[in-house]
Amino acid sequence: MSRHSQYQTIWQRLHLDLPLLLGLLAVMIFGLFVIYSASGEDLEMMERQLFRMLLSLGIMFTMAQINPEALKRWALPIYLAGIVLLLGVHFFGEINKGAQRWLNLGFMEFQPSELIKLAFPITMAWYISKFPLPPKKRYLAGAAVILLVPTLLIAKQPDLGTSILVAASGIFVLFLSGMSWAILGSFTVAVLAFLPILWYFLMHDYQRTRVLTLLDPEQDPLGAGYHIIQSKIAIGSGGLWGKGWLDGTQSQLEFIPERHTDFIFAVIGEEFGLVGSILLLIMYLYIIGRGLVIASQAQTSFARLLAGSITLTFFVYVFVNIGMVSGILPVVGVPLPLVSYGGTSMLTLMTGFGILMSIHTHRRFVDR
Amino acid sequence: MHDHAAEASLFKRRALFTFFSVFALLSVLVVNLYHLQVESYKDYATRSNDNRIRVVPIAPSRGLIYDRNGVLLAENLPFYSLDLVPEKISNMSETLDELGKLIEISEDERETFTEALKFHRRFKPLTLKNQLTEEQVAIFSVNQHLFPGITVEAGLKRNYPFGPQITHVLGYVGKINIRDRAQLERSDLWKNYAATKDIGKQGVEKFYESLLHGKPGHLEEEVNNRGRAIRTLRIVPPEPGQDIYLTLDLKLQQKAVELLSGLRGSIVAIDPRDGGVLAMVSSPSYDPNQFVQGINNKDYSALLNDKSRPLINRATQGQYAPASTIKPHLALLGLDEKAITEHTRVWDPGFWQIPGVERKYRDWKRWGHGWVNVYNAITESCDTFFYELAYKVGVDHIARFMEQFGFGQNTGIDIFEESAGNMPSKEWKRLKYNQAWYIGDTISVGIGQGYWTATPLQLANAVGIMANKGRRFPPHLLRSVKNNTTTVDSPINELPPIELKNARNWNIINEAMRQTAHKSRFTDAPYTAAMKTGTAQVIGVAENTKYDASKIAEHFRDNALVVAYAPFEDPKIVISVVMENAGWGGANAGPVARAILDEYMLRDTWKTTP
Repeated sequence: MSRHSQYQTIWQRLHLDLPLLLGLLAVMIFGLFVIYSASGEDLEMMERQLFRMLLSLGIMFTMAQINPEALKRWALPIYLAGIVLLLGVHFFGEINKGAQRWLNLGFMEFQPSELIKLAFPITMAWYISKFPLPPKKRYLAGAAVILLVPTLLIAKQPDLGTSILVAASGIFVLFLSGMSWAILGSFTVAVLAFLPILWYFLMHDYQRTRVLTLLDPEQDPLGAGYHIIQSKIAIGSGGLWGKGWLDGTQSQLEFIPERHTDFIFAVIGEEFGLVGSILLLIMYLYIIGRGLVIASQAQTSFARLLAGSITLTFFVYVFVNIGMVSGILPVVGVPLPLVSYGGTSMLTLMTGFGILMSIHTHRRFVDR
Repeated sequence: MHDHAAEASLFKRRALFTFFSVFALLSVLVVNLYHLQVESYKDYATRSNDNRIRVVPIAPSRGLIYDRNGVLLAENLPFYSLDLVPEKISNMSETLDELGKLIEISEDERETFTEALKFHRRFKPLTLKNQLTEEQVAIFSVNQHLFPGITVEAGLKRNYPFGPQITHVLGYVGKINIRDRAQLERSDLWKNYAATKDIGKQGVEKFYESLLHGKPGHLEEEVNNRGRAIRTLRIVPPEPGQDIYLTLDLKLQQKAVELLSGLRGSIVAIDPRDGGVLAMVSSPSYDPNQFVQGINNKDYSALLNDKSRPLINRATQGQYAPASTIKPHLALLGLDEKAITEHTRVWDPGFWQIPGVERKYRDWKRWGHGWVNVYNAITESCDTFFYELAYKVGVDHIARFMEQFGFGQNTGIDIFEESAGNMPSKEWKRLKYNQAWYIGDTISVGIGQGYWTATPLQLANAVGIMANKGRRFPPHLLRSVKNNTTTVDSPINELPPIELKNARNWNIINEAMRQTAHKSRFTDAPYTAAMKTGTAQVIGVAENTKYDASKIAEHFRDNALVVAYAPFEDPKIVISVVMENAGWGGANAGPVARAILDEYMLRDTWKTTP
């Protein structure tokens, strides 16, 4: 097989995985067109998004050059630094829209939760892969601490979307490590038992209304239900083939809230219809599939778990975002990956894909 | 410690499971999207259109009103208003100050505007000043570049070029009020008024509202989430109201206005051949245009409290004792019931007594008319002759006969402002006053006084039927309606004619009226005419006292009345004149009747007037 041969392609020398790269570029280019439409044909916004994409691709390329073994060494320090910064946000952070997420570093604003999003799965994969797999129950206490500390800190900000993403990435590591179904089952029960505590003690009023609104958006059509109703109208009125690029009345006339950021999928649904939405989902499925293939072909448990976790976190983005915009999940602030306008999440995601490429292209040099 | 092969295969199993889970969850998304975009597509598409499309109604232009010769009586004039779009003006009070230097803006206008601004959407234009003059429009247009967000908007406003001359016929339009709205809603017409501001309030404008109004059009425009118009999608033009032609003859109307100027009273002229009203004047009048522009409270209460009651249409709402003007009709009844004959002679000593009763009913001529027959009873208006006639015929008989001539009921003229007057009978008095009918009541009715009241329109109508020898055309104002390019004459309504036992009796009475005209006012007229005057007492004159007009306060003086028609052989015009508190009918209203008939009969153009 080719991976055992001494022959290296140009892509392997650049540490890039061509199938994955093509998938990512396809979604990004599609996203650029959507941003142009969703911004009300604002070329400047499109340019800024393009700049962010190029920057993200640069970071992905950089990350691809770093040997995964180096990440393993740096995982714990970065994770701990992230926790410290989260505590810093808790005490000194800037409040914006009722949430305390930003840390003003003087020269730039910075969201430590984004750092945790990256450092956390690495740390988790590092911790779990130290032990023979499937992991024994006694190691789970450590995993729980690694998982709960950042998750709760982020949920407290409050940033429910990110805390879900972080928790999910940790749980994926545990799941992929081969944890027994019995433990997974009891864990699920524990999470369900935690829900009432979450509802009554941890959730803010606006988050509770979001959930209630989800259950019956028509109840408050001008208030909290407005976003969901308008975005469902947009998607539904797109029909099978959509109203056409730039011709979505819901989006062009600004009935869709946050139309170029979190709710951009409503623009896609309206302008490209069911066919366009399914095409986008196929592109995402392709990326996820390729990510899982990369994970499966990785040579160490650490690499496997990390690659799998990164890939599945990407899936959580897709599922939670489209689910909330189309009205089957509550509105939590999760962007549509690689399409929504905005830099932070794209940088984080592309860093992850850089790690995936690194795992795939550094295999032969990995010391077992 | 690590079993690499086992760990790798465990991972592969888990990864495969994960992939299928991912596939399943994405399928859930697809199923939900299918539900939204295919199954519920119609519902959401409708809601999306409801979101974005705003329908803006466009008012139709109101139909015009012409007289019978095509003279424009009610028109739509462009008017200009100064509109401001608040969001385009950065400093409102400064802008208003600057604007005030060019165009006078009163404190009132400014205050009203500032107040309205608070409840106004910022991107919608708001009117600052109405009724700009041409000069103001010109001044502003030159300086418009200094005032972004301010525009001169044009609209249409009803205008009555002849002002107060035709008010009581045309009526006027005014702002739709709550009552108008409720009425439109009841008749399911409110939807037609979405863009309309004014509605017919009185007269023809009200009666023919449905013809004149037209159907609104609309404009579909796309709006964004803040209601701002983005672009126009479709325009359905409004259907303008229909133009109508009245039977009115403006020249005659103006002559009548002139004759009544400064007086209280009414003149009605009807073409007896079809019932078309040629002129209908109620004096004093008022300018209807002030109601179109929105009359202020002070002016309105002045009109309302004016003792000469300008708001009343005397021609159709004024209820007067017909007095001697109905003597011909009573004589006709006497002849036809054989209470008298053409040759019956009655001795008039200056009074009449109910047989066996002391009380004397005085004739207007103190020393009496001597021997009178039906002809000089009418030409000289002998009261005694008619006291006896009424006594012989009886009030119920009189009432039944006079009802055929339209007394005591609405003529059905095509305006809503009409009163029925009163035609008394024994039954009527019992119902109304719960009192028995006295013979004395009948005697008063015999000379058109007492409980008998009639409107000037009823008088003209009744005389028209006389001139027509029984043919009855109810009076009306609408002559034809213009539909796009074709003019459709409005159908002539004719009631079944009055059948006399002896049709020759028509000739006797008409001849008596001809003699009345030509022995007095029309002696030198170059055309034939027939007439009858009347003098109605406003207060009762006690027995054996003399009525002296000069010693009585004006509003207690007698009303002067005349009815007449011409030409005698083939009547083309019949008139009634009522002049309140003018005194003696023959002396005061007679010349007015002559002047009206002269105007109509002697004009160069009358032959072209069908």
